[in-house]
Amino acid sequence: MKALTALFGRDAKLAVRAGGGAPVAVLFFLIVVTITPFALGPDLALLQRIGPAILWIGALLASLLALDRLLAADLDDGSLDLLTMSDTPLELALAAKALAHWLTTGLPLVIATPLLALFLNLDLVASAAVAATLLVGTPALTFLGLAGAALTVTLRRGGLLLSVLVLPLTIPVLIFGVAASNAAIVGPLPFGTPFMILCALSLTGLVIGPVAAALALRSGHD
Amino acid sequence: MALIDYANPSKFISLTDRLLPWLIGGAALALAFGVNQVFGAPEDYQQGATVRIMFIHVPAAWLSMFGWMIMTISSLGTLVWRHPLADVAAKAAAPVGAAFTLICLITGALWGRPMWGTYWVWDARLTSVLVLFLMYLGVIALWRTVEEPTRAARAAAILTLVGAINLPIIKFSVDWWNTLHQPASVLRLDGPSIHPDLLVPLLVMTLACGLTFITLHLAVMRNEILRRRIRTMHLLQAQRAPGS
Repeated sequence: MKALTALFGRDAKLAVRAGGGAPVAVLFFLIVVTITPFALGPDLALLQRIGPAILWIGALLASLLALDRLLAADLDDGSLDLLTMSDTPLELALAAKALAHWLTTGLPLVIATPLLALFLNLDLVASAAVAATLLVGTPALTFLGLAGAALTVTLRRGGLLLSVLVLPLTIPVLIFGVAASNAAIVGPLPFGTPFMILCALSLTGLVIGPVAAALALRSGHD
Repeated sequence: MALIDYANPSKFISLTDRLLPWLIGGAALALAFGVNQVFGAPEDYQQGATVRIMFIHVPAAWLSMFGWMIMTISSLGTLVWRHPLADVAAKAAAPVGAAFTLICLITGALWGRPMWGTYWVWDARLTSVLVLFLMYLGVIALWRTVEEPTRAARAAAILTLVGAINLPIIKFSVDWWNTLHQPASVLRLDGPSIHPDLLVPLLVMTLACGLTFITLHLAVMRNEILRRRIRTMHLLQAQRAPGS
């Protein structure tokens, strides 16, 4: 447990202090939201209607882009080998790394959401709903991405492949995230059902992601 | 004969040498018989002759899922039992499964044009098949990116298993998202709702296409084993070359 908290603290500190992590992901999120109206036109009514979808796509791409550094830095400096050989179960270590990653790149996206929702003409309820769905949905993206990152970390052109492998698996998260947001804004479905399923997807991801990633890392090492 | 007896690639090759001619002949005969049945089947009172697209579309859809199932079982064989041919089976199933998925998508588009008035709609079933196709392509891309076969096998096996867990979730969520396609009409608890005149050719075609799938799968496995032998021979030759 002590080792896990230490690993969590190390990863969080590295992500905050090393630069290029969370602020760039948020900036990317901002840019995606900014360029969408240029493609669609400045119609505020239209933007309001598809606002949750734009925010979710932006968050999805932003969290995907941050993924390829999740394990690559540790592979470069050799700490990934130490993690693989240490007494701490690799699954738990990877889960701690993923949580630290989510805290430093996923959570800032959630915090930035209400501000970006203003650009898309979403009202208070709508932006709160999108932020809430992103809060419980982005962990699922991080955990699925963890498995993809572990599969591709040793490859030379892993970044592009990582996106290709992970994006189809994120479809359920996207569907229920946008469905829950829209349910809160226009109805007629209750907000609770898709929201609960979204929570379930994140919890499932918490189990599948680290186990698959540990399996991938171990099999890559012999 | 246990499955482990065929762990020896040479034994597997000699088995396929004996089996493949029969399988190819059987698949060709079954396909010919099936096509004959299909054109003997009555036309649908609403859809006319276009209903015949169903006889290739539906088997292809079933086999697209069958392909992922074979890959899942083979991946378990790779990761759990370390069966030496399991990764060959998994690798060979990917392009064959992707081809049947593509056939399903293309025939579906051609059928949708006269029936629904459009080649593509964002309906739940169509979308899940498209996602399945994308995942097949992802697995193939992973196989091609990792150079060393045994490492590629384990990476692809993990991806296949994660995909196998996620495919039902994707299917469920896409169903939630939208539905226009007709619900299942053959595999139902209260018996098929499709008329026997159409059902019999459909089942014959399913058998024929299934036989084709297995024939292709065995042939691709055989090619893969031979390809690996050639790779090993190249490596050995490079080792023995002067100056190394």
